[in-house]
Amino acid sequence: MARLGMVIDTKKCVGCMDCVVACKTENNVPEGYNKDWIVQETKGAFPTLTTEIRSERCNHCDNPPCVSCCPTGASHVHELGKVVLVTKNECIGCKACVASCPYDARFIHPDGYADKCTFCIHRVEKGLDPACVSVCPTHCMYFGDLDDPNSQVSRLLASRKNHSLMPEVGTQPRIFYLR
Amino acid sequence: MNSLSRRRFLKISGATIGVAAAGSAVLKGTQLLNRKKPSAGVETIPTFCDICFWKCGAIAYVNDGKLWKVEGNPDDPLSNGRLCPRGTGGVGAHYDPDRLKAPLIRKSVRGKEEWVEVTWDEAFTYIAEKMQKIKANYGPEAVALFSHGIGGNFFKHTLKAFGTPNIAAPSFAQCRGPRDVGFRLTFGEDVSSPERTDIKNAKCLVLIGSHLGENMHNTQVQEFAEAIENGASIIVVDPRFSVAASKAKHYLPIKPGTDLALLLAWMNVIVNEKLYDFEYVQKYGFGFEQFAASIQQYTPEWAYPETGIEPELIRETAREMARFKPATLVHPGRHVTWYGDDAQRSRAVAMLNALLGSWGRKGGFYTPVSMDVPSYPYPDYPKSAKGKVDNPDHKYPFAHETITTGIREATITGKPYPVKGWFVYATNLLHALPNEEETIKAIQNLDLLVVIDVIPSEIAGWADVVLPESVYLERHDDLNVEWFREPFVALRQPVVDSPHDQKPNWWMAKKLAEKLDLGHYYPWNDIEEYFEHRLKAAGLSYSELKKKGTIRGAKQPIYFDEGVPAEFPTPSGKIEFYSLQLQQAGFDPVPKYNRPAAGPPGYLRLLYGRAPVHSFSRTQSNRVLMDMMNENEVWINTNIAARFGLKSGDYVRLKNKDGVVSNRIKVKATERIRPDCAYMVHGFGHNAKGLTFAYGKGASDAQLLTRYITDPLMGGTASNMNFATMESEVA
Repeated sequence: MARLGMVIDTKKCVGCMDCVVACKTENNVPEGYNKDWIVQETKGAFPTLTTEIRSERCNHCDNPPCVSCCPTGASHVHELGKVVLVTKNECIGCKACVASCPYDARFIHPDGYADKCTFCIHRVEKGLDPACVSVCPTHCMYFGDLDDPNSQVSRLLASRKNHSLMPEVGTQPRIFYLR
Repeated sequence: MNSLSRRRFLKISGATIGVAAAGSAVLKGTQLLNRKKPSAGVETIPTFCDICFWKCGAIAYVNDGKLWKVEGNPDDPLSNGRLCPRGTGGVGAHYDPDRLKAPLIRKSVRGKEEWVEVTWDEAFTYIAEKMQKIKANYGPEAVALFSHGIGGNFFKHTLKAFGTPNIAAPSFAQCRGPRDVGFRLTFGEDVSSPERTDIKNAKCLVLIGSHLGENMHNTQVQEFAEAIENGASIIVVDPRFSVAASKAKHYLPIKPGTDLALLLAWMNVIVNEKLYDFEYVQKYGFGFEQFAASIQQYTPEWAYPETGIEPELIRETAREMARFKPATLVHPGRHVTWYGDDAQRSRAVAMLNALLGSWGRKGGFYTPVSMDVPSYPYPDYPKSAKGKVDNPDHKYPFAHETITTGIREATITGKPYPVKGWFVYATNLLHALPNEEETIKAIQNLDLLVVIDVIPSEIAGWADVVLPESVYLERHDDLNVEWFREPFVALRQPVVDSPHDQKPNWWMAKKLAEKLDLGHYYPWNDIEEYFEHRLKAAGLSYSELKKKGTIRGAKQPIYFDEGVPAEFPTPSGKIEFYSLQLQQAGFDPVPKYNRPAAGPPGYLRLLYGRAPVHSFSRTQSNRVLMDMMNENEVWINTNIAARFGLKSGDYVRLKNKDGVVSNRIKVKATERIRPDCAYMVHGFGHNAKGLTFAYGKGASDAQLLTRYITDPLMGGTASNMNFATMESEVA
C-alpha cells in the first residue's frame, strides 16, 4: 500500500500562492479559510539574508495526533495512500483535532465540521496530482509514494538536502522541503 | 502553417488593426452575444486569461452551468498548462458582487459617483451626440482614448474611424517605454511583450529591480524557476531583498537611483579586463572605441560611494556575467519609469548585453516569431490633419508611442490643441498616472469622459458615462496573434453568461460606431464572422481554434546561431555603442551618470511594486484574490521601525513631502529592505464608493506620487522620486 507524501523545492518556490488559490477553487473552500498557505522565513541581518519560502498544509503524518484524539473516529487514516481525512458527517466539531495539530492545519468549516487538506483525494483517485501540485507555475511541488524508492519524491529525497516541519514532535510528517 | 518573416516583423511591429474596404451591416441585439444554454455536468471551454495582460491560455470548467474553476491550457505556449495565482483566481472576477452592472450616466457633479441607470441605446446616443459636438467644435482629434490590453482593440478601431490619432496606454510612458526606447537606440528593436528574454536558457541571469516571482508574468516566472533548477547563476540588484534576491548567488543591495552608476562600472570592468565578446562586438558594434573611452572614469571605486556596492563585488559580478556569455541575460525589466534617467539607464542595460553578446543568442534575447494572420480588411481611417496632441514639436524625440501624460497635459493647457473627450478602457488612470491632481484637473476640462470597465474604479467615479463590460470569461475579444518563441494564435471566448446587463467591448465599439454613422467600419455582424474571416485568410480553422483555444505554428529559428539574420535597424545598421542620433538630438551618445536628489532627513524613499496575487488596481474586488491578500503593507527596515516606535502589524499613515497623507497602512518591519526606503505593493487604497469590499483597505502609492520627473528622451514619468514619513495610527 502506498504512503503518499509531498516534496517541495524551496529553491524554486516563489511564494506566489497559486497553490492556495487552486486549492480554494478546486475544493470550494469558503471565503476567509484556506487549507494551504505560504510561509516566508527570513534569517540574518540586512543585507546578509536567507529567505526560505514554503507552501504548507496538513502533513498527513504517519503518527497523526488528530486521528488518535478524535472521539468519534471521523478523523481517520484512509486506505488510499494513508491520507489523513475527516468524515464530515461523523464529525461533531469538538475541535480536539484542531488543538492537537502542531501545524495548525485544521479549521472548523462554517458548516460545523473539522476541515483541512485532503491531498485532493478525489483527484488522486483519478490518477491526478493534487490541485496545488498541478497548478504550480514553478513546478516546485512533487507528489507520490514515499515507500516506492523509484518514485520521483523518493529520488528527490535521496539526492537533495531536505527537512520536514517540527520533526521533534514525533508526528512523522510526510511533507518534505528541499533546501 | 504560415509564419511571418523577421523583416515583416520589423515593419509591422506595433501595428494594430489593418485597413481596406467593405460594406455596412446591422446588429441584431443580444442574439449576437451567443447566450449559452446551461448544460448538466462538467464542461470545459478553452479561452485566454485577462486578469493581467499576459494573455495565458486557459481552460475554464463549468459545472452544471456555473463557473467552477480555471486552469492553464496545456496546448498554450504562454501558460504551458499552468496559470499564475491571478489566473487561477479569475473565477472571482465573474462572481465579484461589486461589478458594474448597467450603463450609467452621471447625475450630479463629477467625482460624486451619483448615477442614473440608462439603457445601452440611451448611453450610446448620449455619447455619440457629445462626440459629434466635440468634433464640430474642435475636430475629431479632440477625443482621446486611453486603453490597456487586447480588449481595447475594437474601441481603438472605432475611434480611429472617428478620426483621432490620440490613442495611448500607460504601458508606455508609465511603464516599459524607457526600456523599449533604450533598446531601440542600441539594437534598433524593442524588447516587446511578452519580453523576448530567453530566461530558461540563461546560465547567468541579472535582475535589476525586476522582482520576478512577485511580478507574476507567468511564462517569465516559469522560466525563472527553470533557470534556478538548471543552476543558473543569479545576480539581483535591488534596494529590497526581494523573492528573486532570495534565489540569488549575489545580492547587491543598491542605493536607490544609482543603477546607472553600477551599470557603467560593470561595463568599465568588462571592457578594461577585455571580458567582452570580442568577435560579436567587432562584427556588429558601432562606435565601440568612443564608448570605451567615455566610460573610463566609471571605475568600481568611483561607483562604490554612489551605489554602496563594494568594488570587489562589482568586479566579481562583472566577471561572473562574462564567464557565462553569451548566455548571460541582463534582464531589461518592465516597469522602469523610476528616476528620470530611465531610457539612458535602459540603454546601458542594452549595451551591457551587447558587450556580453547576448542579443540574438541562446540564453540572452531570442528573436520572436508570429503566425501570419492578416488583419481584417477595413476601410481606410480618415487622416488627421493636426497630428497627435501628446508630443508637440517632438519635444520627446524618441517617443515612438503616444504619451498618456502628454494627452493629459494637452487636456489641461489646451495646447497644442484642445482635448475635450476621453475614452478610458480598462485602465484606472487615477492609479496609473502619477499626480492624481493633474488628472482631475484635466478631467474638469472635458466635455465627455466615458469609462469602459468591469469594476467601478476611481476613474469610473469621475466619468460622465460608465459602460459595464463583461469580464473575460463572458466575452470574445480580438484574436491573440502573439510575437513569441514560437508562432501561435489564441482565442478568447465566452464560458458563462454575464450576470447582469454587461456587454463585450466589441459589441459596444460596434454599436457606438453605428451611432456615429461609422457602421461601414464594421462590415461583420458578429465577432465570430470577424474571426472566421481572419482565420480563413490565414489558412486556419475557426472550429479547430474554438475547440483547442490555441493553435500553434511550426517552430522557427529564433537565434542568430540558428540562421536568424543578425540585423540591427539602427541608423548605422549596427549595435550602437555610441549613438549619433542621440548626439544630434542634444543627448549623451553614451549614457552619463547623474546622482539622484536625496530626500530630507526623517523621510524614506517610496518604492512600489507588485504582488503575485493582484494586477494593478484592478483586482481588489476579486474576493478569491482578496482572500489571499486584502491589504498592502509598508515594508520598512527593522531599525527604522524601532526608531519610529513601530512594529509589524501597527498601522501608520504615510505623508509625502507635499503633505499628502495616505490611507492607513499596516507596517511590515523587516530586515529585507534598506533603511533609506519604504516599499509597498501598488493597487490598494481604493476610495471609490462602488468598490465596497476594497474600499479603505491599504494605501495607494499613486496618491503619494505627487512628484515625477519626465524622461527627456521619451516622456516617461519617473515616479520613484517621492519621499514619505510615517504617522502612527491607532488601529
